[in-house]
This record gives sequence, structure tokens and C-alpha cells, in this order.
Amino acid sequence: MKNKYSIFSLFKNAFSHHENWEKAWKDPEPKKEYEAIIIGGGGHGLATAYYLAKKHNMKNIAVVEKGWIGGGNTGRNTTIIRSNYLWDASAGLYDHALKIWEGLSQELNYNIMFSQRGVMNLAHNLQDVRDLKRRTHANRLNGIDAVYLSTEEVKKFCPIINTSQDIRYPVLGGTLQRRAGTARHDAVAWGYARGADKMGVDIIQNCEVKGIKRNGDSVEGLETTKGFIKTKKIGVVAAGHSSVIANMAGLKLPLESKPLQALVSEPVKPIIDTVVMSNAVHAYVSQSDKGELVIGAGTDDYISYTQKGSHEIVEGTLKAILELYPIFSRMRMLRQWGGIVDICPDASPIISKTSIRGLYFNCGWGTGGFKATPGSGDLFAHTIANDEPHKLNASFNLNRFVSGDLVDEHGAAAVAH
Amino acid sequence: MSKNLRINSSKFIDQTNRISFIFNDKKYYGYKGDTLASALLANNIHLIGRSFKYHRPRGIMTAGSEEPNAIVQLHKNTSRTEPNVRATEIEIYEGLEASSQNCWPSVNFDIGGINNFFSPILPAGFYYKTFMWPANFWEKYEYFIRKSAGLGKSPTEPDPDIYEHRYIHCDVLIIGSGISGIMAAKTSAKNGLKTLLVEEKPYLGGTTIYQNSEYFKINNQTSGSWLEKEINEIKKLKNLEIKTRTSVAAYHGYNFLLAKENLTDHLPIEIREKKIRHRLLKIRAKKVVNATGSIERPLIFDNNDRPGIFISSAIKRYADLYGVACGEKNILFTNNDSAYETAISLIQKGINVKAIIDNRENVDSKLIYEAEKNNIKIFKGFTVVDTSGYKRIKKISIMQLSKDGQKVVGSKKNLHCDCLGVSGGWTPVVHLFTQSGGKLKFREEDSVFIPNEFPSNQISVGACNGDFFLDEILINVPKSLQKFLKIKNSEYDNIEVSSFINKSNRNIWLLPSDKTFGKTKPFVDYQNDATAKDIKLALREGFRSIEHVKRYTTTGMGTDQGKLGNMHALGIISETAGTKMGELGTTTFRPPYTPLTFGTIVGRNVGEYFDIFRKTPIHNWHVKHKAEFENVGQWKRAWYYPKENESMHEAVQRESKAARESAGILDASTLGKIDIQGTDASEFLNRVYTNAWSKLAVGKCRYGLMLNEDGMVYDDGVTTRLGENHYIMTTTTGGAANVMSKLEDYLQTEWPELDVYLTSVTDHFATVSVCGPNSKKIVSEVIPDLDLSDESFPHMSFKNAKIGKINCRVMRISFTGEHSYEINIQANFGKSVWEKCMDAGKEFNITPYGTETMHLLRAEKGFIIVGQDTDATMTPIDLQMDWIVSKKKYDFIGKRSLYRSDTIKEDRKQLVGLLTENPNEVLEEGSQIVSDINKSPIEMLGHVTSSYYSPNLNKSIALGVIRGGKKMMGQRLIIPMEKKNINVTVADPVFLDKENKRLNA
Amino acid sequence: MFLINCPYCGERDQSEFKAGGEAHIIRPKQPTELSDDEWAEYLFMRKNIKGIQFERWNHAHGCRKWFNIIRDTSNDEIKTVYKMGESPPKL
Repeated sequence: MKNKYSIFSLFKNAFSHHENWEKAWKDPEPKKEYEAIIIGGGGHGLATAYYLAKKHNMKNIAVVEKGWIGGGNTGRNTTIIRSNYLWDASAGLYDHALKIWEGLSQELNYNIMFSQRGVMNLAHNLQDVRDLKRRTHANRLNGIDAVYLSTEEVKKFCPIINTSQDIRYPVLGGTLQRRAGTARHDAVAWGYARGADKMGVDIIQNCEVKGIKRNGDSVEGLETTKGFIKTKKIGVVAAGHSSVIANMAGLKLPLESKPLQALVSEPVKPIIDTVVMSNAVHAYVSQSDKGELVIGAGTDDYISYTQKGSHEIVEGTLKAILELYPIFSRMRMLRQWGGIVDICPDASPIISKTSIRGLYFNCGWGTGGFKATPGSGDLFAHTIANDEPHKLNASFNLNRFVSGDLVDEHGAAAVAH
Repeated sequence: MSKNLRINSSKFIDQTNRISFIFNDKKYYGYKGDTLASALLANNIHLIGRSFKYHRPRGIMTAGSEEPNAIVQLHKNTSRTEPNVRATEIEIYEGLEASSQNCWPSVNFDIGGINNFFSPILPAGFYYKTFMWPANFWEKYEYFIRKSAGLGKSPTEPDPDIYEHRYIHCDVLIIGSGISGIMAAKTSAKNGLKTLLVEEKPYLGGTTIYQNSEYFKINNQTSGSWLEKEINEIKKLKNLEIKTRTSVAAYHGYNFLLAKENLTDHLPIEIREKKIRHRLLKIRAKKVVNATGSIERPLIFDNNDRPGIFISSAIKRYADLYGVACGEKNILFTNNDSAYETAISLIQKGINVKAIIDNRENVDSKLIYEAEKNNIKIFKGFTVVDTSGYKRIKKISIMQLSKDGQKVVGSKKNLHCDCLGVSGGWTPVVHLFTQSGGKLKFREEDSVFIPNEFPSNQISVGACNGDFFLDEILINVPKSLQKFLKIKNSEYDNIEVSSFINKSNRNIWLLPSDKTFGKTKPFVDYQNDATAKDIKLALREGFRSIEHVKRYTTTGMGTDQGKLGNMHALGIISETAGTKMGELGTTTFRPPYTPLTFGTIVGRNVGEYFDIFRKTPIHNWHVKHKAEFENVGQWKRAWYYPKENESMHEAVQRESKAARESAGILDASTLGKIDIQGTDASEFLNRVYTNAWSKLAVGKCRYGLMLNEDGMVYDDGVTTRLGENHYIMTTTTGGAANVMSKLEDYLQTEWPELDVYLTSVTDHFATVSVCGPNSKKIVSEVIPDLDLSDESFPHMSFKNAKIGKINCRVMRISFTGEHSYEINIQANFGKSVWEKCMDAGKEFNITPYGTETMHLLRAEKGFIIVGQDTDATMTPIDLQMDWIVSKKKYDFIGKRSLYRSDTIKEDRKQLVGLLTENPNEVLEEGSQIVSDINKSPIEMLGHVTSSYYSPNLNKSIALGVIRGGKKMMGQRLIIPMEKKNINVTVADPVFLDKENKRLNA
Repeated sequence: MFLINCPYCGERDQSEFKAGGEAHIIRPKQPTELSDDEWAEYLFMRKNIKGIQFERWNHAHGCRKWFNIIRDTSNDEIKTVYKMGESPPKL
């Protein structure tokens, strides 16, 4: 039995100088065969394994990770969580996730610091106003808490925004989802890993997939840097590297992998108490518990797997930040980094079976996957276990690119693709 | 406390120029040349701030940008306030005001210090394990956590300073002006290469420039005076640009680097007005020489964080460069010879050095001998096991190390001191090198990571390449440069070097203690209060990757990004986990090297320069006539023209009525215009629009709809055939640039065989649109020679004309449904034509109208606006515009997509008109449409895309898209608003003049 | 930030260019004869290669010409450039 985390266990362990804490997860060598293997030890992959074990009673499963768990986009994103999406399918998906977020710390017995400090989306032109109102009405009818705010209400909710009507693109209004907010990204990966490990899932790090073995139309196993592992079900949750894995199985996906950058400032005392996003002026910002301003930049337009983007993207983002928050001009950028995001043509994800039996993909989250982590894991687990999608992810199939039934969420994506 | 520790004069400090400054509300004095740190030390101030987590008192540790502890808030409560400024970097100026951070009520008495007592229950990651009960209480805990976190305070007023960017292209960029950098600069510039030398400090010469020791000589001079001559020589070189106070922040691919040149931070505030504060240099260098030097390592032992504990080389720098003694009873603690250099420097200046604790057992060198000669007690094979002194170090405890260095043996000795200098060897500064994509290798002998493979045209020389010692530098640097710069003769042949240093070191990442490990606090990351204990806890809990440990313990995540302690963190992980350092690797060095001000990154692109304003040639007229403007893309478009106290609604109603009853005038200059010429121009249009173009007669206009390849409506506009092989296409205002790019893309890459030339002429023409029943009379007065009869100039046709001597193009096209003319004229005559029309229209009450009225008028006619009535999910069929989709044409962009299984569905969302039950109720654009509000979940059929009160129909009208709307004509639906439901009826989207009689009225 | 050697203008900063995705995807000459699957393949499916990729770039703030680049997407190293219509040079 694992240590249960609580203030009492902290006190208890203080007496032994914290030398008796157990491993949060083991570090096993792969077994010869698993019932299912998840490729990718990010939040989505670990959550998938967790729910496969918890809800579908699949215990003999493994997560294989090329590097270290949570080291990809999970550990690189700006941790915004919200569900105010336009289309019914998206709203269903993201709000399913949000509902899980609301009890996740307790469920995992791991404080993932889910903080419902609200997310505001700003409107800067008349079409923005129309679009945001449309989205707010749709959200309301879908049971998602969202309100439209006037410029004055925006200012009241976040006083440091420059709402002067004399700026280049004045704030004309905005939307607010109060249940939205942020969580601690690393903790999400670690919490799911600990939870999955507890139920017997093997989390295998430093294990890179080199090939997918097929027998006709079915999968047979994985070639990895730690040898061949047999399995009949493979769930791929490899984000920016999804196409690389797909190519191993002889598939092409409707994805492009592009650099997405983010940055933090030096830590300061609390100055912004919510998350503010602006599509038109192209900046979003929140403040971490540590005090750093967390700022998301945009994607570059070229394909790259380097986890580096171009400087002009960062410059453009900070330019927008200073337009909306002139008081931050003397703040300093402490760290900037990049991730590789896999982008679908309709800015919606794929949680789907493929033409190969036993091979499933969960990808295409673009710039906004973190917020869906628990829901994505839950629904992907359902899809793998039942070989059928759940009704909440039925729309996010691969066939939509053939039929034309796309779920175009460009308007809701944080960053214009 | 008011002791003066300025013990000797220094040529780097101007003692004739006394400067006053304020620290924690008290006035002190320093001299020009001082940093805040050196000036505080001269005043015997050691307690600077409190640490992040435990609020432990902290002082100054270093003399440079690696400083983790001595960070202050400048000019609190003013518009120039700045948090987290390193006291070791900021140069003092008259009026400098600084205060301690992260403490309350004061740095001397800080309530938060209680955290230190709670530290046993605050190990690494404690917050992941608690604050979960009761559920939903996290945000209440979080409130207090956030309040106690953070360091300084954000400014709360806009920045009064200005910033700028400068592009620099050079043959060779040299980063760092230590001895290696100076040699590189001379070699490069003397050989005809355009060279830029940048140095983060205000002076050149690095640590060598103040090296005044007999033990380090070049050509029989002290290395300091030799280097001074070299510097004087290079200052005269024409090819060389030297920038001090300039730090390289980022080294991107393709030798693109960013550097911050600091221009005013060292000047008194009152003379900074209107001066540029920082300049961001965007450097593209053909070759880069990294001469970034090295940082001295601390040592990791219990309570190694107290004020008064310094890096040994910092003590030397304070003494040699600033003439300041860091303490009166100094002890040094080292594992190599560097601390002896410090000791000898101090002794030369008459500063007491009591003892040197040396990890090494059997070691000897001239420096050690010299130290012993000066009555410094040397404890070989010893280690410090503890320190005491709350706000300043008072005492250290030392013990002998076991042979293997894993334990301490024998009895404990206590030594009193007021300053402890530590030296754990040197770490090459490889941050920029790795940012550029360079890979490191681990050198076992002295446990350092040094540059190995790298992608771009660069080289690392001197200490940053692992050559720490003077003799190595003078031999290796010139050789490497010669090869790298492809130069025949070295500038540094036949140089004599004498160096008496012993190069051995005894590296122990975590020094042993006599205490239970769990009871010690050996700090690895000083700012974030991460200890060796935290690192071991992380490993115990299964965090094995260096990145995991970093994130779990926050090691290396402070404002110093772990410049001091990261190597020890790696070392401790390596030892504990039994992994080799070389295999473990390092964490990623992310830009910037030192934190970079947002304002600096943004430069001039703030405020009015945030984004360009595109204005039409008639813009000033609109301003003069009190128009309100709307942003459309980068354009400023006149939105409406309120008269006196008119509301927007009133103005729009008036404008709309006037346009239909008599005459209206619109500035349509922002519409995109693309000139299309070539023998295949008609074929080209056939391929890009959904309808057919070949048969359009010269002089005629046609409306076109453009799709994306996925079949969704992309843009629309009227295109006119000016000649057999000549068209002018108009696009939407917002879509102009994208349409142009898309057309060029197809032309160049898919259809290079077509003889077609595209030119964007949007800005070349002004477009004045006159509409309404009296438009003909007005235009005939403005252009009297033009035959405006319906026979000669029917709707959807075009004529060349002249207004005076000026050519113009007149199109008879209409977006309002009224009889109307668009006069296109060379942009600089736009305003005068507009005014002519206004004059001519006076008698008809010609009324200027803006975009809002334009939208209303076209909605009365059911004309769509791409982007408002469409999103990226509407096909022409969905818009009930089947008539514009040619069935005969073999292909056009997007055609195939219209026949996919989903796009051919009959119940897609389709454009319809909507009428409210109450004709005075105007729907909200964006509101959703349902048929049954009792259904759960409620099913949304579509939404309202456009909605207005029509003064011409005296009722509310709206356009919307509804699933299966085509077949719902006359059906009643509901708009569920927050507080009420509105009943609507599905109607024909053409509300007015369905027969188009008004076009010829 | 790359330095891109436009075949028409010479070396210029990346900020002058726009990327246009995978190269040598030829628009079908007879789209109406394709199945929905085949059309989707052209429209949406991409190799998205990690490694040597042939791609399209446009000198958007320069000569506005489209051309091809061969670039290693795993380290962003540009191997060579060539004009539209030319067959890719051997590396």
C-alpha cells in the first residue's frame, strides 16, 4: 500500500526526515507482453492508462515514454483549463474534462493545484464581439458557465488590463468562464503516473518506439529501444510525434507539427488573479503560484521537431502583452521555451480508431490539449477498451476528414493556427 | 554597522566622485564605479534579503550576474520601480533607491522567517501531498501561498522609458572581454574582419584586468598590466566595435543572437528622460567566438547560505576591483588553488585571512607556500561541517575528511569569522553555446561540462571551453582562433607565461557532515531554498530524470536559473543514483542568459506603434466630419457619422433612410483590388471562382464567390472585365492580403502554364460609392461627359471616364440594392472626388454613411458578408447561392469538396432570413436558435449572424444559419436569451425589393 | 531564426518568408474523378516528416516568389533551395 498523502503523513514523515517516502511510481523493465500499450507518457497517455486500469479493469498495461514522463507538451504548456468551446461536440468533450478536473486532486490523492480563477477571452473588434457572444450563448445552452462582459466588467474583473478606448485595438468586451482556470502541469503527469502505477500499470521511461509490428490489418507489438513488446492494442498519444509513429504503421495523419513557444517572467507578488486571453491582439497571460507571469506565444508556420521557435513570435507576443498591460514593460523574461504541437486542419483533436485493428490515435490537440487531459484520457481509454468511441468523442474520428464533417474550432483556439 | 570597509584605493573606482544612495530607507555613500553590492559591503551591510521559501536571511554571494541572493526592488512605488534587480550588477548612481524583498515588516525582522521552523514539514513538493482537504479548499490555501511566494513587486504604472532595436551584421562576434575575448578581438579585427566585441560589465578585461599578482605574468608583466596594454591597443582598431554593458541574452540558430545594450540604468534618474534605456541588438554574425568565461562554484555543506558567505573569487573581485573588504576576519574554504589567489590578494591589501580550509590532503604549490608564509593557518584534508550566525556568519565548524571523502572523522573545531569564501572549482559558462544547439561532453578530471559538437559557425575559447588557467589560455586561444578565422599569422607568437598555480582539485559534490543528513540544510539552489536533502528525497520518490528533479525540487528555477548550484544538483543525482555525469546530461539551458526586460524585447513597437493604421485617402474628411471608426483588419473604416447628440442607432437609421430615399455616399477604398492581366486571365478566374467567366463581355462586371479547397466560402467580390485580357478583382477588406497570396500560390505552383499577372492595387485607388435614387443626378454632375443612361451604362457594367483631366473607372454595381455608382480614382484624388460628390449631392441631401449602415442596407437585400454570415463551415449551397456554382465547369478551387458525404447533406446549416414576432425587437447577433426549449439537452439549430432594425421596412430583420433552414420557410422558432425567449419566423433572406426594381430606379 | 537563401534574392532573414508546408503535393488534375478518400488524402493527409523534408516557402516580404527548400525538421538545418518546377537536387 502506498503512502497516502496528507498533512498527517507529512508530519509523520518529518520525524524520519522524510526518508521513508515510497516511490511515486516504479521504474520497471518491460514485460514480454501487455494487454495494451500506450505510447507517450504525457498527461494524456498516463491518464489513458489510469482510466484503462480503473474503469475498464485492464491491469496488464504499460505506458512507454521516449524520455521522462510529462516532459513533452504536458510540462511545457501554459496550463490553462476551460471548456467554453463553440460546437456541441467540443463543448461536450472539454466540459467532460473540466468536470473531472474539479475532483481530480482528491481522486488521485495528489494536489494538482486546480485553481478555478476564471478565464477571460477579450474582444477587440466587432466580429470578435459577435463571435464571443455566439460562443457565450452556445455555452449557456450547453450548460457551460459563461458570461459576456462589457468593457467595464472586464476592467472590474481584471483591473490591470488597459481598457482605454484610445489604444490600437481597444477592448470591446469579453467572456468569462469562472469554472475555468489553471493547474500545475507536472503534478498532473505525476499524479496520474502514481495513480496508474498503484493499479499495476508499468510506466517505462527512456523507452523509444522504433517500429510497430503488424500482422495484416492488426497490430502485434512494438519494437522499442528496450526490445520487442507484444500487444494487441496500441494507443498512441505522442502529440508532436504522432505522425512519426503513424508512419511506422504505414499511416498518414492530417497533422502538421509546429513549434509553439511560451515564456515566464521573474516571480513577483500577486498582480493578476485570473487568466486573460486575447485572440485578436494575440496574447494570453496568467500568474503561477510561484509568482511568475506565464505567457503563451503563438505557433510558427513551419514544421519543426526542434522544440525551438523563432524570436519574432516571442517579440510579437510581448508586444501584445504590453499593449494590454503597459505596467509589465519593466518586468523581465526569465525563461522561454518551445514545444511541438500537432495541429489538425480544423483545430480539433482526433480520438479515434484507425484502419489498422488495435491501433488507436489520440492526437491533434494543437495548442490546447492540456485542458482536456482527464477527459481525453477517459474517452481514449473507453475507445481502446471497447474498440468503439464514447459518444463524447464520436465526432473526433479520423473519417471526418473524408466526409467533410469537421469540427472547426479556430475561433475558440487560444492561438490562431 | 557604519564601519567603513573601503580598505584601499582602486583605479576602477573614482574616489573623487562620492555618490549617495538609499537602501531600506537609509542613506549611504559609495563611489562612482561601485555596484550596489560593493557599496553596501563597503558600508558593512551584509543582510540584503530573504529567501523564497524559508525566508532565511541572505546576503551577497557573488559579484556578477550569477547572484542568487542579493536581489532588490529598485525605486519602490514609482513608475521606474523594478523587482528582482541583482545588487551585484546595478551600478550606483546619485539617488538610487533600493529595498529588500520578500520580507515583512523588514529584512531584519521578517515574520515569514517562521517558515524556517516549519521546514521539517515543508520538504520538496510538500504542496503536492497536502492542501487537499477539505475538497474545494485549495483556492483558499492558494491565496496564502501566492501571497508568500513571488519575490519583488510588479510595477503598477506604465513604463516611462523607451527602448529600441538595432540590427547588426558582422563578420565576427566576440562574446566576453576577458583575456580570451580581447585576444580574439585583436586577432579578428587586425585581420580585416568586421568585428563586434560585447561585454556585460561596464569595463573590459574580465577577471584578468585586476590581476596584480607576481604569480601570474605575461612577458614579464603582471597579467593585468599586460592585458591593459592590449585593450588600449584594440581600442584603436578601426574594424572593431566594442560594446560594454551589453549582455548576450540568446543564441539562436544560424548565428542569430540577441544582446541587450544597457544605456541608462547607471545614470541618475533625472537625466534619463527621453534617452533610450536599453537597445536590443539583433546580431547576425558570420562567425561567433564564445569567450564567456567561467563561474566559480560554491561548496555544498550544512548552512552554506548565511550572509557573509561568498564565492571566493567574489571576495577577490571586491578587494581588487572595488577596494572593499568583505570581512575583517576572513576564512576561505576550497577544493582547489583559486582560494589561495584570493587569500594572497587580501593579504597584499592588509586584510586579515585567518585560515584556509582545503579539502585536498597532500597538496602543494607556490600559492599555498605563500599563504602559509603569511601566517594563514591551512587545514588540509578538512571540510566545513556547519556554520552559525543568523544574520551574518559568526563561526564555522570544521572536521577532517575521511580518505574517500565520504565521511568526516576526528573532532570538531570551531573557528570564528565574519566572512567565509568558498571555492568549489570552476564551471564553464556554456549557456549560449548550448542554446545554439551545441552539445556538451563531460571532462572527468575536473568534473566540468565543456563544448563538444556544434552546428553553426562558432568556437568557444578560454575558460568557457575548459581552459581555466593562464598558460592554457595563452597557448590554446591563439591557435584555435588562427584556425577558426583562417588567419596566417598569430598575434601571440613567442609569448612567455609564468603561472604558479596547482591545477589539482578534489571535487566532492555534497560534503559530509557529522550530523544526521536529515537534520542538515545544505543549500544547492539558494534563491529557491532547494537543499541536497530535497534532491535526495526526489530521487527516493522515483524522480530520476534531471528534469524531474529540477521540477520537483525547483532547483535551478530561480531568477539566477541555477548558475551556481546546477552542477552540484547534477553531481548529487549522479552520485545518489549511480549514473555517470556524462550520461545524466544537463538540464536544458533556456534563453535568456540573464532575464530580459519585456520593454527591451518589444522596443519601439508599443503604444501608437503597436500596429500600423491603414487609412483611406478620404480618412481626414471622415475625421473632420466626426465619424466614429471601426477597426477592420489594420484599416480604420468610418463606422457611422453621428450628428450632434445622435446615438449610434439614430445615426444609422438616418443614414440608411437617406441612402434609400435620396442619396448616400460610402468610402469603399478599403476593399481589396487585384489587377489581373494576361491571355489566360479568363481561364484563371474560371478556376478560382465558382461561376463561369469566359463569356463576360468587356466592360461588364460580375459577382464572384471564392472557396477554399475544402469547399467552404473564403471570399467574395465583384470583378470587372476591363479589356480582353484585363480584369480588376475586388475582395473583402479583411481578406485582401490572403486572397492575393492564395492566388499567387496557385498561379506559381499549380498553374504555372497560365499567362496571368497579378498586381495588388488596393492602395492605388480610392473608391467612392454613391447610391440611392438620386445617385445618377449626382454622378452626372461630377462627371458631366459620361453617358449614364441605363441603355448605355446598365447595372453591372463599367466605363472609363474623366473628371477634369483625371482618369477614373466608374462601375455601376450595388451592395445596397440601390441604383449606384462606384468611382475608382487614383488615390491622391480620392478626397477631392468625394468632396465633389458631396457638393453635387447637397441639393439631394447626400448623406455619408459608414460600415454599419452599409451592413444594414445589404442585409435588407439579403446580401452576405463573408466572415459575418459565414464561418469556415459554409458552402455556397448552404448560403442558398446554388445559382453561382457552375455545374458546367470542369473544376474550380473547392469544387470537389462540395460533393463529399457531409457537404451534400440536405440538413446542413443554411442561410435564412428571420423576422421577430414583435417587429420592434432586434435580435442579438450571435444568439442561438432552437425549436424546442424543453428538450434536454437543448438542441441548437443555428445562430443569428446579422441583425438590424430596418428603418426602410420599419421592422427588425435578421439573417441566420439554421440546420435544414431551406425547408423551414415560415416555421416558428425560438431565440432563448438569458432572461427571455424571443419568437421568430423563418423568412426569405431578401427582405426588400425582391424584384430588384430599385437598381434602375 | 533561419537565414534563407531565396533562389531569386539571395540570403534573407526568415521573417521575410512564409512557410507553405510539404512540397510536391500535386493538385489532382481531375478532382471530380477521385473518391472521397483520395480527395481527403490530397486535402489533409501529410507526411509531417521528422527529418529531411521537402517543403514550400514563399518570399512574402520580398520577391513574393514561391520556391522549395530541403530542410531537416529535426534540427532545422536547411540543406538546399530550388525553384518551383525544378526537380529536387540530390543531397
